Amino acid sequence: MSKVDLNKETGPREVFCGLTSIVWLHRRMPDAFFLVVGSRTCAHLIQSAAGVMIFAEPRFGTAILEEKDLAGLADAHEELDRVVNDLISRRPEIKTLFLVGSCPSEVIKLDLATVAEKLNSRFLGQVRFVNYSGSGIETTFTQGEDGALKALVPLMESTDDEKLLLVGTLANNVEDRFKKIFNNIGITNVESFPPRQSTELPKIGKNTKVLLAQPYLSDTVRDLKHRGCEIIQAPFPLGVEGSTKWILAAAAAFKINELKVHEVIAPLANRARQAIEKHKEILRGKKLFLLPESQLEISLARFLHNECEMELIEVGTPYLNRDLMEEELNLLPDDTKIVEGQHVEKQLDRVRASNPDLVVCGMGLANPLEAEGISTKWSIEMVFSPIHGIDQAADLAGLFSRPLKRNEILTSKSLATH
Amino acid sequence: MELTLWTYEGPPHVGAMRVASSMKDIHYVLHAPQGDTYADLLFTMIERRGQRPPVTYTTFQARDLGGDTAELVKKNITEAVERFKPKTLLVGESCTAELIQDQPGALAKGMGFDIPIVNLELPAYSKKENWGASETFYQIIRTLLKDKVNEIDKINPQRWKSLGRRPKVNILGPTLLGFRCRDDVIEIQRILSEQGIDTNVVAPLGSSPNDIARLTDADINICLYQEVAETSCEWLKRNCGMEYTTTIPIGIKNTINFINEVHEKLDLPLSNQEELEHKSKLPWYSKSVDSNYLTGKRVFIFGDGTHAIAAAEIAKHELGFEVVGLGTYSREMARQVRAAAKDLNIEALITNSYLEVEDAMKKASPELVLGTQMERHSAKRLGIPCSVISTPMHVQDVPARYSPQMGWEGANVIFDDWVHPLMMGLEEHLIDMFKHDFEFVDGHQSHLGHTATKGPDNKEDEHARNKINSQKKGNVIWTDSGRAELTKVPFFVRGKVKSNTEKYALSKGLPEISDETLYDAKAFFG
Repeated sequence: MSKVDLNKETGPREVFCGLTSIVWLHRRMPDAFFLVVGSRTCAHLIQSAAGVMIFAEPRFGTAILEEKDLAGLADAHEELDRVVNDLISRRPEIKTLFLVGSCPSEVIKLDLATVAEKLNSRFLGQVRFVNYSGSGIETTFTQGEDGALKALVPLMESTDDEKLLLVGTLANNVEDRFKKIFNNIGITNVESFPPRQSTELPKIGKNTKVLLAQPYLSDTVRDLKHRGCEIIQAPFPLGVEGSTKWILAAAAAFKINELKVHEVIAPLANRARQAIEKHKEILRGKKLFLLPESQLEISLARFLHNECEMELIEVGTPYLNRDLMEEELNLLPDDTKIVEGQHVEKQLDRVRASNPDLVVCGMGLANPLEAEGISTKWSIEMVFSPIHGIDQAADLAGLFSRPLKRNEILTSKSLATH
Repeated sequence: MELTLWTYEGPPHVGAMRVASSMKDIHYVLHAPQGDTYADLLFTMIERRGQRPPVTYTTFQARDLGGDTAELVKKNITEAVERFKPKTLLVGESCTAELIQDQPGALAKGMGFDIPIVNLELPAYSKKENWGASETFYQIIRTLLKDKVNEIDKINPQRWKSLGRRPKVNILGPTLLGFRCRDDVIEIQRILSEQGIDTNVVAPLGSSPNDIARLTDADINICLYQEVAETSCEWLKRNCGMEYTTTIPIGIKNTINFINEVHEKLDLPLSNQEELEHKSKLPWYSKSVDSNYLTGKRVFIFGDGTHAIAAAEIAKHELGFEVVGLGTYSREMARQVRAAAKDLNIEALITNSYLEVEDAMKKASPELVLGTQMERHSAKRLGIPCSVISTPMHVQDVPARYSPQMGWEGANVIFDDWVHPLMMGLEEHLIDMFKHDFEFVDGHQSHLGHTATKGPDNKEDEHARNKINSQKKGNVIWTDSGRAELTKVPFFVRGKVKSNTEKYALSKGLPEISDETLYDAKAFFG
């Protein structure tokens, strides 16, 4: 393991909670509905993060707790029942309904598992109910997906068929590309989890080899292991290096000759490296500071340093699962400063003191830092854009070079800053 | 329990944040888990603020709940006071912290700071954002002025005469994330100064605790937005006799009424009464012949109480529309909105459900919708032109240009914003004349191209796919894999990707375009 400099920090944070992951999960599974059981704050959070107004009727909503629901839990369960009935009669196309716990529902100990169980027997054959917690007292941002996927694992049937299972939400076009590449190197049975339809869950078993596409799925991985799946150790498929090693790790698990893999991906890797080149010209030698948010920070740091030659000042991460991140940590330069957790004020002090060229941060911090003259990239864009895979590596680099390029264009005309 | 797909108002602590962020030298310690920090982006993204809201979130986690969350609160308060050195500290809790009952306000008061501490108790399970803003503003004023109001005499609105100075007023209610507040304040101050009236304090927007402490230097208060300032104005009236205005200066008639009300309260003679009619272009534009076509246009109105009532008034009396629907999500103002609707012989819609609003809109079959950003989207689906008149705020509601709703310039802005989405008079006439010509495109509504949307995305994709298939392919052939890949490209860049790829294929002398060619071209052009 490379000797990275691991630090922990606690204090006030500036990070989304796990409910936010509903924003991409509902797009991945268009036959599912996500019902948050929470407060007006939860409803407001999701609509603020998701631009809900573009939908005639979104496939997520909040059962907002009111004062009378807090008085007695029995009544709250009954009320939730009523809300679900209304929802299902209004939206008969829903096949899977996720009951999503929130901070308030966790604190009052609303038992969503029991509610889901009851509803399952009532709507048997029509709608499936699963529950998980997206609460901010237990999960950050992308961890919500971990909860949702973990909740689906028990519903996955068993099989002894050999297959490669890609785990973690990918953009559909990226998923198609990966499947094609795996086919070309000789892995033909490739499935994805989550699937594109919530009812078409892949079957799993002792011959299932799991390849993680996202780094925030600790609990899901644990449950897949319990079901006999083999977990392939690999870095994550961001950038040419990460994607290549990721594909190679899968090939090794399927005992496919490495030369065969290189034959397939070398042309892709070459053209991607060429495409990265013009972004590298902008990024080379620039100082990068990543604040914790999406949990992709370590992989991004690895890509931006190894392939775009940026200098890493500090890599924040909401939490660190060393088992899952081991391959990534090995690829980082020695002495990379990694900070797990956050004290947002102290971290911003360090940002200012280190005079970075680019800060990756949440939307709450981006404009204030820009106003101080520090270029930023919102981390939320990483979870909404197709950034995985060799073919997307240049686009990924482009996300970081754009703010710097823009800054140069604007400052060279000496426009006033505010 | 209430099923909510979308809500017009956030929770009450967001209202408190609006007040805190509007002010200077103030800090708000909010006992809340990490997810609640999303609220910062409302200010930094929608308002494009270059400063973070002055808020510290205690960020308690599940593992803290068994232990001492009260200690965590105290630690955060100590750090916030040390770091930000506020002149007044607000302490409160969001929905989750309300359940664990640490009483952070009481804790803060026991910590021995020598700054005023405002304990905010905002019930998250029964109240909403505007109520939270109103309560916070009121609690700040009460905390900072409660001793002073006992010492001073009742304030006579006409005292400026004996004090030998110009009359002075406070403008109360404007906040961040309020609809066009930034520009309304400028417009109202301009109108007042024209009349020889000075502004003592504008609050919350731009004020500091020191400014709040000198509110009683003014002769009267101007309650610019009832949703935020009415409770405070009432308290100042009860405790120190300060009169306040109730007319909201939106539209010509109410701007004139407002000026009259201010003058009456101050007992200041109004010298330029007859000039007032000509301060805005709205009356003439509305009278000019092109506006004939506005007569009787059916308009549906929904928004916060203040703006919905004002819009109904202007629509009916100043533009000659027919108001076919009026409603609000502000339950606190339901009574006034019902009264306004009754005057128009319609029934008011009081609801927090945008689907109910959309249904009512459909039934009323209006020709113009005046609503929030959500009604803009509903109207778009129904193919009806819409102008936005109210919060909740969207980045488009914070325009770069000066764009008030109040006063003379506000009336100009309103005329343009409401009339431009409609077909212009002459244009309507011409379309009617030429509509049987073959060039005429059915469904044409205006020069701005308002048409009903084509339906969900997948139809659009299908349409695009057909288009790709049917188009002449020039000298290169798209293979099935190439075509399939192209349909996956987002529609708004698909055309560019297609032409670039063809250009690339031609330059390389390739006869066919496969998915690989597409990616080669993508890498080539970058």
